[in-house]
Amino acid sequence: MRAARTSAADAPAAAGVGRGVVNLAAPSRRAVEAALAAGASDAEAWVEESTSRRVRVYDGRVESLSDAGGRGVGVRAFVGARAGYAYGTDLSDRGVSEVAAAAREAAEVADEDEHAGLPGEFGAAAVDGFASGEFGAWSTERKVELTLAVERAARARKGVTQVESAVYSDAEGTVAIANSRGFAADYSSTQAWAYASAFAGEGAELMTGLGVGLGRDPAALDAERIGGEAAERAVALVGARQPRSGRCPVLLDAFVAASFVGFVAGMLSADAVQRGRSLFAGREGDEVADPALAVADDGIDPEGPASAPFDGEGSPTRRTPLLGDGRLLTFLFDVRTARKAGRATTGNARRGSYRSPPSVATTNVIVEPGTEDLEGLARLAGDGLYVTDVAGLHSGVNPVSGTLSVGASGRLIENGELAAPVRELTIASDLVSMLGAVQAVGAEARWVPFGGSVKAPPLLVGEMSVSGS
Amino acid sequence: MTLVEPDIAARVLEGALVRGGDLAELYAESRRGFSLSLDDGRVERPQSGRERGACIRVVKGESTYYGYVDGVDESDLLRVAQSVAQALRGDERRPAGLSAATAAESHPVRTRPEEVEAARKADLLRTCDERARAAGAEVSQVRIGYGESRRLVEVYNSGGRAASDDRTRVRLSAQVVARRDGRVETGTETRGGHAGWELLESDPDEVAVSAARKALALLDAVDAPTGRLPVVVGNGFGGVLLHEAVGHGLEADAVQKRASVYAGRLGEQVAPELVTAYDDGRREGDWGSDGIDDEGTPTRRTTVIEEGRLSSYLYDLLRARRDGVDSTGNGRRESFRHPPMPRMTNTFFAPGEATPEELISEVERGLYAVSFGGGQVEPATGEFVFGVSEGYLIEGGRVTAPVRGATLVGNGLEALRAIDGVAGDLEIATGYCGKAGQSVPAGVGQPHVRIRELTVGGTAA
Repeated sequence: MRAARTSAADAPAAAGVGRGVVNLAAPSRRAVEAALAAGASDAEAWVEESTSRRVRVYDGRVESLSDAGGRGVGVRAFVGARAGYAYGTDLSDRGVSEVAAAAREAAEVADEDEHAGLPGEFGAAAVDGFASGEFGAWSTERKVELTLAVERAARARKGVTQVESAVYSDAEGTVAIANSRGFAADYSSTQAWAYASAFAGEGAELMTGLGVGLGRDPAALDAERIGGEAAERAVALVGARQPRSGRCPVLLDAFVAASFVGFVAGMLSADAVQRGRSLFAGREGDEVADPALAVADDGIDPEGPASAPFDGEGSPTRRTPLLGDGRLLTFLFDVRTARKAGRATTGNARRGSYRSPPSVATTNVIVEPGTEDLEGLARLAGDGLYVTDVAGLHSGVNPVSGTLSVGASGRLIENGELAAPVRELTIASDLVSMLGAVQAVGAEARWVPFGGSVKAPPLLVGEMSVSGS
Repeated sequence: MTLVEPDIAARVLEGALVRGGDLAELYAESRRGFSLSLDDGRVERPQSGRERGACIRVVKGESTYYGYVDGVDESDLLRVAQSVAQALRGDERRPAGLSAATAAESHPVRTRPEEVEAARKADLLRTCDERARAAGAEVSQVRIGYGESRRLVEVYNSGGRAASDDRTRVRLSAQVVARRDGRVETGTETRGGHAGWELLESDPDEVAVSAARKALALLDAVDAPTGRLPVVVGNGFGGVLLHEAVGHGLEADAVQKRASVYAGRLGEQVAPELVTAYDDGRREGDWGSDGIDDEGTPTRRTTVIEEGRLSSYLYDLLRARRDGVDSTGNGRRESFRHPPMPRMTNTFFAPGEATPEELISEVERGLYAVSFGGGQVEPATGEFVFGVSEGYLIEGGRVTAPVRGATLVGNGLEALRAIDGVAGDLEIATGYCGKAGQSVPAGVGQPHVRIRELTVGGTAA
């Protein structure tokens, strides 16, 4: 295995308020040395630098425009079997040493954990392409133009009464890791997103719709499609009524399917399992889903927003099938949970940023597409419900028991066709019944930035309880 | 302690206005925090952090330009000011002169949390763990979290404002899982405030015991009923319903974009006369309180609903200027990495005359919603969804079996109009409120409140 890149010095100079790319390998190594000097038996440092831009337009003009630079270091220090963490924004020699000393001091408070420690093997996956070479070619003016085009596209659709916001956002960053076992690596990535929120109807009949797009650079964003999607989603709901209560087939669109599948994949964290917080505990190898539903965690998909060559503790990332042939194939592990279970890490130690230590989490969750288009799925459903939005997923699902009851809106399905819009309803089931009741998987999968990073097609669930009037 | 000297701030604001702008602002912040948790009987994840940074903002007409950076060195700040100014296309403006930042009246902190030994914090977590486990043999998992933070904030703007604030918060939370046969239930409880370690000196283990009791009670829960029912909402964290279903719609950014059902309704009777509601960022020691908001405006109490009439929106500087009113001190931000926007501080219904028992005794069949797992609202329509994390059936005027899986679905305006009872037992609970990618500490609260009818989505057939 090779390091993704041993030095960031050849990265393109960052524009804007960042300091430009500094060599992040140096502060990460210094932090490790400082932690050892302060008495740590092992240490690891994670250094980040990033710049980002955000454009928000409203009513044909720039509402806000930002230009930001961030940098910081997080140090994990081990004192025997005790682990402590500290972070800071000062990358000077003194700043880095203070953070290292604070991590060493924090470790003393922790109880011993025989499984804690650095990975025995580390490295980086031989993958590339997380940074677009075209990214730097986009001026702020062009990004503003793109955002305005998203708004125009939404407003141009018949029935749209307002575009509440159209937002473009991007980030360009470099991450470096170093540890006291001699591992050091870094990589750079770029990301661009845009979304629009459109309104249709007025007063009590006002409905909202969201359109999103994401990619490695702004050229990957189709303004017409993002704005159009927001508009169509809002317009489709105008005149929505509360449906009758009952049990029926429920077709989840890609947004909603992604939210659910992302939630389920999060419960496959070995940490949640080992701490008794997952309803999938003890069910590895069991039949838990319909065979139509195949799901993988993929940390190396070149398109995946969460892809990286190494995870938050320096283990190489990879693709890990989670659900296949109806069975639960594996949980997701970092080094600590793997040691505890007598298994190997799956490269799923993740960090929100340098401000948090690594913990087990999904990378990109990918649902294998099926064969049916949306019309075909509706035909299969016969009479049922097409759900295009759910609210309160995180409060409405009990992650331990799996019971769920979430607010929803969408459309009725009558005689195999999409019919009148509905809202103010809840759909209820439990996650295991729901996974087992997946009847068909749509052909058109898309990246959805909710519920983590998920690529999902629409899913048809055979039966759920719908509560309306 | 000063983060940015006034003469440096003046140069930065000058730099930010070289190509014009109606307002330039420098927000500088130093924050330090420590957190620790206990899980599975083990004290783990001790973490300390220190950050310094600044956000520079220029407002021109209806547009806002801003940039932020880690660090508060003059060179960093001048570079950000220059980068922000480049986005503008006007003539230079001169900022007003600046004096030293005036410290806001701060909330009392008797014992600075950072001066309490970390080992004592670990011991507190262990005590909580023991007490939660002692609450019942069916308690199977206990997770306790402790967090403290101190933020020093300085705000300078081109109108001559120079203000600072020193904010200390502590919070203790407990999550307890109870199991019986195949059933697994979770109870949570938190205690937090804009205060020091003293907040946790008296009976902190009550937090753990309360979470354990909730989890144990839920083991006997029946499936939630479905349909339109009277709902009595509990005090304290029950106020999240007001926060989500009404409060967000009163934030002036949503109102001005007409993305709120409350737009154009000032002075209108939106609730029965027994309903009065406040947003109050001054309440001493409360979780959502500060001395000033994040634009340097002193916090205050704003009556948002007075005897049923909609009486004010919640403003930051930008939206206040647009409406020709004063900021209500609600310009808040998560950190120097975020621009300010109208946000609630502590939002709550004023106490009424009834007792909780009276409210419940008048309900033949309904739901007693004590606490919510969270909620979501679409401010444009007022539609909301809440998961009830602790709820009970009301049968024949009495609280009976606990229920699980209940969801409240409805519309904020309709729910407000349907309030037909308010008790006197006001309590403020601690929450984190998320909006536009920013999370800020917000106090939610209320006395017991009864809503005549709401849609309850349950799991019972």
